[in-house]
Amino acid sequence: MMEVIKRKYVIPGDVIITGPYRPDQNVYQDGDRIISTSIGISEIYENTVRVIPLSGMYVPKTSDLIIGKVIGHSSLSWEFDINSCFIGFLPAQDVFGRDYSPTKDELKARLDKGDLVAARVANFDRSRDPLLTIQDRDLGKIESGELIKIAPSKIPRLIGKRGSMIQTIEMATKAIVTIGQNGLIVVSCEDPVGLLKAIEAVKMVDAQAHTPNLTERVKSMLGVELGENNDTINE
Amino acid sequence: MTQLMNENGIRCDGRSIDQIRNVSIKVGVLKNADGSAYIEFGKNKILAGIFGPRDVHPKHMADQDSGILRCRYHMSPFSVTERKNPAPSRREIEISKVIKEALQPAVILKDFPRTVVDVFIEVLQADGGSRCAALDAASVALVDAGIPMRDIVAACAAGKVADKIVLDVNDEEDKEGQADMPVAYMPNLGKITLMQLDGILTPVEYKKCLETAIGGCKQVYEIQKKALMEKYFKNGEA
Repeated sequence: MMEVIKRKYVIPGDVIITGPYRPDQNVYQDGDRIISTSIGISEIYENTVRVIPLSGMYVPKTSDLIIGKVIGHSSLSWEFDINSCFIGFLPAQDVFGRDYSPTKDELKARLDKGDLVAARVANFDRSRDPLLTIQDRDLGKIESGELIKIAPSKIPRLIGKRGSMIQTIEMATKAIVTIGQNGLIVVSCEDPVGLLKAIEAVKMVDAQAHTPNLTERVKSMLGVELGENNDTINE
Repeated sequence: MTQLMNENGIRCDGRSIDQIRNVSIKVGVLKNADGSAYIEFGKNKILAGIFGPRDVHPKHMADQDSGILRCRYHMSPFSVTERKNPAPSRREIEISKVIKEALQPAVILKDFPRTVVDVFIEVLQADGGSRCAALDAASVALVDAGIPMRDIVAACAAGKVADKIVLDVNDEEDKEGQADMPVAYMPNLGKITLMQLDGILTPVEYKKCLETAIGGCKQVYEIQKKALMEKYFKNGEA
């Protein structure tokens, strides 16, 4: 089947298309009509229809990389603020290993209130709060960097097509940008000028996420030569 | 008693019988709320703010299967000519309830179990038909907050004034007129989510009144749509 992508601005209640299509994210089916449930940009890809939302809160998805802040702990787990309507749980076994015992190990010694942690969502469904894990490469406590909060709906734009946007920013500023799918971003850089530039670039993406030719403008702001890697909203 | 309509069918504020008041909506006016909207509906000035989805307090209200919707409609002490006691009155509690029930069919909260979406509506200046204006602002604010919705709820009143069915009754017409019928409507689905009637209408008048009100809702819907487009897509078409 031919690849067809049609994009359109939609608001809740707008009929995107009628016919035998499969509803994906942020749409629902009413008879043979596919209707948007969010304000955003609709996409028709082959026979599935979805809407990329422009507003809204982060909803955890299994295997998402997120950045959370420790808000407390019980004797068996930590609780995280993950910028969502749910609280993230990190079980102590995940950090101390199988033979964790509440009498022997001190949770506070590893992660304390206010610590920032890069974690992955191990499991989430509607019956319980999201379960996190730090058992992977590049996960765990974040020791240094600048924290920025942007709208979670704009994260895909910050990453760009095949990571083009984030690569541009990282290469131009020599900064390391850790992006949490929940809208929290940590930027660290040895060079203070590069750090400020990288922060400015991230904020620029947040403010202008819905406009075309954003990569070009970020590039010119960072002082990179324009050229290949064009990305526009119509692609 | 003031004359509500002259012999040419022009109403006390200079409108014709099928004309709504000037409506303007602004989206995203409150920084601290998750979603917000400000509406001017004739002389009505109303702010709506949305918080959530967030944790439910008190906890016993939480639903394990779905999110819940809560609504507070409140009139400021300075919203009317004589100072209004800021404590919630019987009327405000009732309007909070009907607004909640009018928004409930539109929102989809099944993906947010154990959470609540709070809708706060503050009437800064009241001028008749404030529940409809409040609903219009609230549903736009819900979209701004990114709450999944089946459709936008648009509301408008119709009524009977000087023996004629008129669209969008104002404060004077509401007090002196013969009937007032606020209607909330989901334009794309063609479904009514709120219908109240204060006064007496014959079956024929009732039908006409309802049709007139729905016509008004559709006009309001276009303004809501424009306000949302203004905030989110002002930089050209996709």
